[in-house]
Amino acid sequence: MELNDLTQNQGQWLRGSGPQSDIVMSSRIRLARNLADFPFVGQASDVDRQRIEEVLKGAVQGIEDASRLLYIEVDDLAGVDRQFLVERHLISREHAESEGVRAVAIDGGESFSIMINEEDHLRIQVMRSGLSLDETWEEINRIDDSLESKVTYAFHDKYGYLTACPTNVGTGMRVSVMLHLPALVLTRQIEKVFRSLQKISLAVRGLYGEGSQAMGDFYQISNQITLGRSEQDLIKQVHDIVPVIIDYERQARDFLIKESPENLHDRVSRAYGILRTAQTISSEETMLLLSSVRMGVNLGLIHDLEIPLLNDLFLKTQPAHLQKLTGAELDSSDRNIERARYLRSHLHGQNEPNGPEKN
Amino acid sequence: MKCQKCDKPATFHITELTDGNPQELHLCEEHAREYLSQSGMGSAEPENMAAALAHQMAQQMAVGQTAEELARLDQQVCPFCGISFYDFRSRGRLGCPHDYTCFEAQLNPLILNIHGETEHTGKTPRLGSRASQEKTQLIRFRREMKEAVAEEDYERAGKLRDTIRRIEQGDSPEETSH
Repeated sequence: MELNDLTQNQGQWLRGSGPQSDIVMSSRIRLARNLADFPFVGQASDVDRQRIEEVLKGAVQGIEDASRLLYIEVDDLAGVDRQFLVERHLISREHAESEGVRAVAIDGGESFSIMINEEDHLRIQVMRSGLSLDETWEEINRIDDSLESKVTYAFHDKYGYLTACPTNVGTGMRVSVMLHLPALVLTRQIEKVFRSLQKISLAVRGLYGEGSQAMGDFYQISNQITLGRSEQDLIKQVHDIVPVIIDYERQARDFLIKESPENLHDRVSRAYGILRTAQTISSEETMLLLSSVRMGVNLGLIHDLEIPLLNDLFLKTQPAHLQKLTGAELDSSDRNIERARYLRSHLHGQNEPNGPEKN
Repeated sequence: MKCQKCDKPATFHITELTDGNPQELHLCEEHAREYLSQSGMGSAEPENMAAALAHQMAQQMAVGQTAEELARLDQQVCPFCGISFYDFRSRGRLGCPHDYTCFEAQLNPLILNIHGETEHTGKTPRLGSRASQEKTQLIRFRREMKEAVAEEDYERAGKLRDTIRRIEQGDSPEETSH
């Protein structure tokens, strides 16, 4: 398998199937692990890093049929390819931007990725569409067991799995669920939700967001604490809060409809209109408008669009994806033109900016 | 002790070392976060909040330590990877697994502040912690071997090489002569 084959796939986090998939996008668990016999990555020499990578490459290739596993040396990748992997949530921004020997192994279905020499020697991640934390845990636990049978992890009787940063020590586990919360943003209640989650040590972060304004109103909720609770407890805590937030989001949507159905319908229709007719459009504006349209489809205000297409557009209109699909390096203004073209053609079924309203 | 800014109990005891004369602050978690974010926390992403918090804490302060104690603890060095506690405080990242053992006195309160707990209760590897500790010694022996070679002490380097091989092959490590 090759990197370019991934452009044909839908990203796991945006596949958008499963129960409550109008709000719950995806579930993700990551485990931080380190080899016992090497310094942590920040302290490792170039030779150490190389040896860590060799040892873990062997271990990782043992867990899955190697032909289905895509193994990539990140340092050898072009910038656009690194960004592409970040947009698909297969590597972290830090992994894309850091230096030195480092790698990622990705399975063909993109359900897991394993980063080597990120902040820790190993960052194992499993992703699933919809709310499916138990299955996600089963898979990551299996991968972890398989790796553990081949290498010796750094483990301490009292502190558990040892990590470069004490914030990850213990289980080394971050459990997260990605939610689409446009109505909570629109009704300005999202900050309140953040604050109450922080009180029970859950963290909220926006998707690729700067500060609290998340791109496309996607928010990721995850555990803050990694030590002193079992994996099952940590999973349960995130799992149990999701229905509560879904309920808040539904109430906010009901409120918007009740308060002024015309305003809401107008907002959604204008967003749809711009996406279908714009000649040049930024990634930020696209995300913002797609978010409104996505909510509109889910509320029955737009009838001629399917959610999977919208989910796909969120991903394909991002800078690196657009360039991979076009097969050319584009500067920001060319990307905006190409993005608008891509949106028009996919939202119309024809490349005709002023086609008839079907809605 | 109460937080200096509200009535909640102070759980963060900060010794600010910037201007040469140490200043002690006692804050609740909320005000500690506020204080830290004002003092220039890099990332606003909440997932990195804990990491940033730990980093800042490690960088600017020691938990419950006076300035003199802090200066003394700073100089302590891990015999395995060679980083000092000061290195950890300035980078926010540890150097090797053994740091959790050799800096435990300083790290334990930090870990308690971050997690509210200090004991792991989750999954454990099949081989437990013993195999791990044995392997971690390799970090020390490899470093010492490099030093021995640099000093042209080939006898010591040879002994260390044998010890390293034994551990790498999974036998239990024997005492070396140093």
